[in-house]
Amino acid sequence: MSANGWLQFAVFCVILLATVRPVGLYLARVLEGERTWLDPVLRPFERLIYRLSGVNADHEMNWREYAFAILGFSAISMLMTYAIERLQNLLPLNPRGLAAVGPDLAWNTAASFTTNTNWQSYVPETTMSYLTEMVGLAYHNFGSAAVGIVVAVALIRGIKRTTSGTIGNFWVDCTRTFLYILLPASIIYALLLVGQGVPQNLKDYTTAHPLETPGQAQMIGQGPVASQEAIKMLGTNGGGFFNANSAHPFENPTPFSNLLQMLSIFIIPAGLTYTLGRMTGSPGHGWAVLAAMFILFAAGFTTVYWAEAHPHLLIHHAAQTGSATAPAGNMEGKEVRNGIAASSLFATVTTDASCGAVNTMHDSLTPLGGMVVLTNIMLGEVIFGGVGSGLYGILIFVVQAVFIAGLMVGRTPEYLGKKIEAYDVKMTMLYVLIFPLIILSLTAAFVLSPTIGLSSLNNQGPHGLTEILYAYTSGAGNNGSAFAGLNANTWWYNVALGWDMLFGRLFMMIPVLALAGNLAMKKSVPPSPGTFPVNGGLFTVLLTGVILILGALTFFPALSLGPILEHLVLKAGQLF
Amino acid sequence: MHSTSTLAKVSAPAAVSTKHSVWKTSIRFTLVTALLLGLGYPLLVTGIAGVLFPHKAGGSLILKDGTIIGSELLAQSFTSDRYFHPRPSAAGNGYDATASGGSNLAQSSKALVDRINGAIDKLSAENPGKPVPIDLVTTSASGLDPDVTPDAAYFQVPRVAKARGFSEDRMRTLIEQNTSSRQFGLLGEPRVNILALNLELDKLTK
Repeated sequence: MSANGWLQFAVFCVILLATVRPVGLYLARVLEGERTWLDPVLRPFERLIYRLSGVNADHEMNWREYAFAILGFSAISMLMTYAIERLQNLLPLNPRGLAAVGPDLAWNTAASFTTNTNWQSYVPETTMSYLTEMVGLAYHNFGSAAVGIVVAVALIRGIKRTTSGTIGNFWVDCTRTFLYILLPASIIYALLLVGQGVPQNLKDYTTAHPLETPGQAQMIGQGPVASQEAIKMLGTNGGGFFNANSAHPFENPTPFSNLLQMLSIFIIPAGLTYTLGRMTGSPGHGWAVLAAMFILFAAGFTTVYWAEAHPHLLIHHAAQTGSATAPAGNMEGKEVRNGIAASSLFATVTTDASCGAVNTMHDSLTPLGGMVVLTNIMLGEVIFGGVGSGLYGILIFVVQAVFIAGLMVGRTPEYLGKKIEAYDVKMTMLYVLIFPLIILSLTAAFVLSPTIGLSSLNNQGPHGLTEILYAYTSGAGNNGSAFAGLNANTWWYNVALGWDMLFGRLFMMIPVLALAGNLAMKKSVPPSPGTFPVNGGLFTVLLTGVILILGALTFFPALSLGPILEHLVLKAGQLF
Repeated sequence: MHSTSTLAKVSAPAAVSTKHSVWKTSIRFTLVTALLLGLGYPLLVTGIAGVLFPHKAGGSLILKDGTIIGSELLAQSFTSDRYFHPRPSAAGNGYDATASGGSNLAQSSKALVDRINGAIDKLSAENPGKPVPIDLVTTSASGLDPDVTPDAAYFQVPRVAKARGFSEDRMRTLIEQNTSSRQFGLLGEPRVNILALNLELDKLTK
């Protein structure tokens, strides 16, 4: 670990925290339907989209209608992506002449991008045409991000509204998120990335004749990379244009582009905590939630950085300890321009959020570094989390924390003026239980099968278990990063991971909407001396504890057989 | 239970009347927004980027005597003693720019430790007594990492100087001139782009 590494972390934190208030304010304005400075340009487009889609913008939806609209939009857009993949050989913008994508992979990929996961069982450079990347995949980066944001906002409305049957209009929320937030930010961001060296063109791959061996041509894959890269990060999607994702010098060419990418993962999730405080009229609560996220984030980064900076005990005669002219530690699967610090930070950020873009190969992380990134996902991606999904995820834990505090003092728990009753707690428990249920059952099934499960492993021993566990955790958590040595492009893995991602998305989103609908109908009760305050340090500590206990304890047995065991036997000098 | 029953009363009629239109709206909304965000947005960015940054938008390609020899941003294979070598690559069969990726070997993998220790033994022979910079024996995440650490470039000086018949001091000066410091003096790590260094190396005359 070096002073410069900590300085880079500090710079990241300072810039991030400085954006929280302005971003959160802007998000609130857009989602409350207030005027923004972009109105003169965008308002006509907004009206046009409503007219062409037949949306009545004044109609308010109850939670069931809202959920049906999300399901309808997800199903249709997923079907469109599946069709584009299957037919890409007949469609334009395919300069490589790539063949149609097979049915199991097309299903897996369509599910993956619809659910904001962006798990990739394929090598994009040689699988997906430019049209598939743009309309099939990058389009979902907008769509799934917007769905996450609007569900979070629907939940905030549920908290805020009293004796109301409705929580907003999905089509309006989605359109406004597209037009006023994601699209303008992506245009500017994409151009910044091109300025750093990210390609943006529609030409065929280039044949280069290398300096030493001109006869052995190097084929250089390109395409509309920057435009996809921008929304891939902003929407916490994470699906790479290239196989190596944000480690590829074309996706992430400089340390500055690397900083931008990390910031853009957290910027909307962090801002949404301010939006929460603002829209519910309790800014202190927003900051308390942010503080809990920040504590867990800083602890995660510290552990990963510490683990990755350590020399490998079984490698001798190599310079593994740091100097001013060489980063040191575990450089397998890392890029020199990022070094240990910025790679550890990226790995922490991308798994805290549901992004899943990587600038480091997580499979080659040290056992403890790998355990932290896996645990980040297992906690439910509530440490900032995915756009929207991070906020509604942590609000589930907030309700649980309030409930537990209520049990301790023997009072009916209240949350921002709403009584938390049996139905609400049931919905949050549903959310919390579905997640490990999907992950652990699928992992167990695949670990038990040598032919369909274990044959895909790239590493043996406890690390092999972690590869499979990581895959299903990443899928259900809609993260999309991987211990990528696992060959997941098999019929069984493709199909199972497809369901893993859909269940992890929809079965967790629907209880959230049900909770929102139920909260919206309640009367507001004024705070009394017995009300547990949801701002301040005590609440932050309680919330952090609930996240760690509920999230981490569930998975502790699995972790102890994977990364913890691997760490111990590796220290004892055992290899696999 | 009180709250659930009220909920059902409010939502039932609305859900029935809108089921049909949800599908219609979904189809129309998907088509309209896919045109805007899936086609309009990337094409707009392609247009602007092509005007503002034509070289970078085109992949930062390097032309030498009319032929494209590679990209400034991507590693390519160098094996002869006369050139500085990049980090080993796990992309395809090595430096394959259509199959980027890492080895994905675990720290507890025997294959990884054997590979690294083998590479260290080989490199130690060309510069005995000096510890081998770790980035020179580990595969990068992309397999296309264009850079090595300054230490890894200096480590190769004796070999290249001997093969080219240059003094080691001259080689060290060349590396110094081709070292990029941290961006804005702060971000990332100092590094040497191997392809750029080798292009400068070819320009040197005795």
